[in-house]
Amino acid sequence: MKIKHLLSAADLSREDALAVLDTATEMAAMAGREVKKLPTLRGRTVVNLFYEDSTRTRISFEAAAKRLSADVINFSAKGSSVSKGESLKDTALTLQAMGADAVVIRHPAAGAPHRLAGWVDGSVLNAGDGTHEHPTQALLDAYTIRSRHGRIEGLKVAIVGDVLHSRVARSNVHLLHTLGAHVTLVAPPTLLPVGVHAWPADVSYDLDAVLPGVDVVMMLRVQRERMTDSFFPSEREYSRRYGLDLDRLRGLPSHAIVMHPGPMNRGVEISAEVADSTRSTIVEQVANGVSVRMAVLYLLLGGAP
Amino acid sequence: MSVSKGYLLKGVRVLGGPATDLLLRDGIIAAVGRIGGATAKGAEVVDADGLVALPGLVDLHTHLREPGREDAETVESGSRAAALGGYTAVCAMANTSPVADSAGVVEQVWRLGREAGLVDVQPVGAVTVGLGGQRLAELGAMAESVAGVRMFSDDGNCVHDPRLMRRALEYVKAFDGVIAQHAEEPRLTQDAQMHEGVVSADLGLPGWPAVAEEAIIARDVLLAEHVGARLHVCHVSTAGSVEILRWAKRRGIRVTAEVTPHHLLLTDEWVRGRGELASPGLADQRIVGRAYDPVFKVNPPLRTQSDVDALREALVDGTIDAVATDHAPHALQDKECEWAYAKPGMLGLETALSIVVTTLLDALGWDGIAERMSRAPARIAGLTAAGHGQDPVKGAPANLTLVDPEARWTVDPTRLASRSRNTPYAGLELTGRVVATFLRGVPTVLDGKATR
Repeated sequence: MKIKHLLSAADLSREDALAVLDTATEMAAMAGREVKKLPTLRGRTVVNLFYEDSTRTRISFEAAAKRLSADVINFSAKGSSVSKGESLKDTALTLQAMGADAVVIRHPAAGAPHRLAGWVDGSVLNAGDGTHEHPTQALLDAYTIRSRHGRIEGLKVAIVGDVLHSRVARSNVHLLHTLGAHVTLVAPPTLLPVGVHAWPADVSYDLDAVLPGVDVVMMLRVQRERMTDSFFPSEREYSRRYGLDLDRLRGLPSHAIVMHPGPMNRGVEISAEVADSTRSTIVEQVANGVSVRMAVLYLLLGGAP
Repeated sequence: MSVSKGYLLKGVRVLGGPATDLLLRDGIIAAVGRIGGATAKGAEVVDADGLVALPGLVDLHTHLREPGREDAETVESGSRAAALGGYTAVCAMANTSPVADSAGVVEQVWRLGREAGLVDVQPVGAVTVGLGGQRLAELGAMAESVAGVRMFSDDGNCVHDPRLMRRALEYVKAFDGVIAQHAEEPRLTQDAQMHEGVVSADLGLPGWPAVAEEAIIARDVLLAEHVGARLHVCHVSTAGSVEILRWAKRRGIRVTAEVTPHHLLLTDEWVRGRGELASPGLADQRIVGRAYDPVFKVNPPLRTQSDVDALREALVDGTIDAVATDHAPHALQDKECEWAYAKPGMLGLETALSIVVTTLLDALGWDGIAERMSRAPARIAGLTAAGHGQDPVKGAPANLTLVDPEARWTVDPTRLASRSRNTPYAGLELTGRVVATFLRGVPTVLDGKATR
């Protein structure tokens, strides 16, 4: 890959993105073997720097790095000098002094990975920054779509829910566009950014109008506190207008798949029946996450593609 | 200090006019024209050939940080930065610690300014106690203090309560005061981090919508009209605000407005590290940066190119009366951090004139620059009687600055006189440089260097 850091899905060229997906396919094949480990990153150090609790993402990156034989250091904001008010810059200098080859960062402030990249020599991987981006989530989503549909080019993808606050939506819009999919964002107008018209995506306020034409529907988590800030009147109204239940599932083309980045609010944006249906790829997405993160670490730190 | 016999400025172009000589003596401009040796006997000769003389610049909006944050700036360091920028008077904003909301604090700041002796430091008083927006500070006491405060502002905070704003506007009429409003509707800017638009959508930063500024300006001009008071609008940043001001002025409302150099030049695109410079004087220059660099975080935020264009037009046609720096020094650690945790604000005193010369000299001319950066701000702040904002003509107070209109220089944050480094212009090559500044006939800057 030509890039050193993975800060935004928008930084990925089509070639880079396809290289990640192809490499992830090879990594996934290895997961079926008895010894699930490659020596590629032996002697390299990967730091997981997590300023937000996200067990699922942290474990996924940890497993990915370990399967590539890297040394993994988990640096969580809780119980460390970070909680005593150490600045991101000082933490970065500490990691630098420890010889981190890659830092995987999850942070509540948008752009924190960009700042970090200016202070460390190693690669920085954005594992979710505020309401900005979560590029490896988009890569694993693209991988999942490709493994189910055999392609991404030309597919119609609906991304439904709290687009305004979603780092998953931002990364997916960029990446799916790069890979030739046609994206439609579906949300109440309050949960779309004012500048959304400049994104390479269509916008709709009407879920039922969009569903019959899609190949993929991606449901976003909607946080309950949005209700108290008047983004929508009530959880039930949100669910009625923008939730995916069995009735709406029947309106989808038979080949369409249902995705969710997790964690889900069952009964709000997605009903329990839909979450557990055969159309849902939610568990698959988690499994694919490890392969995709292995591929990213491998390409950023390891060999040439 | 030895008694000065004055200064003879040879070959200077007053407001860009034909070359002449100025004799500064006893704090005034004692003679103008071809001045011979006899008249100027004993005066130190300054070769000012080709330099443009402007009335000393007046900044309506300066944060000097003292008392409270002397690590970021002091009255003295900020005064030096101001003198080097061509200023002879600055209005020191009230958001210090303690807040300048009493006669005691404004007198302290005023006295520190006199002691530094590099510019006249005119304290701005807080409108409300502790900038809390709840009850009026003792505005009359500040007005009657040695500092003689005439401008009041909760800058950084908006006086958002309409009832309180109305009372403040009315109350200061008793001593010809003016309320300088930081126009920001607080509910519409909760958690706001940058201009709300295409770039904020991409960067995932909560937006600061233009309407949050415009709604307050619209309300305040109507309040000013209703009670027949004077209103000054700080750091106007949007095209919509310009339209409201134009309407208000046509209607005869007593409103004045300022714009910062950064809002005349930079846009929100700079926040993602992709700033373009749309001025002929800056063509082919680009500052390549990384996204989310908090040196570009400022309040009100950098807007769009169409806002920049509207602000320039408004400054030229007089809808906006003055350029004000909103010089806002911050300690390194308050900018070397995540965007959301960084403090808003940029340095401005040492670059303001060069930014205006580089971008707007053709449109404004030297007389226009003198009007927008000296005469108008002096009138607004009530500093004309104190000798500011007067053109360098015979008999006028010798508060003036000499500018080399052709000099090009590159902004180097480490070489600024401010104690802080948060200039957004690092690496930019600007045109026009201050060579000398005189305060009551005494040089505060000579050969581009501060004299003290």
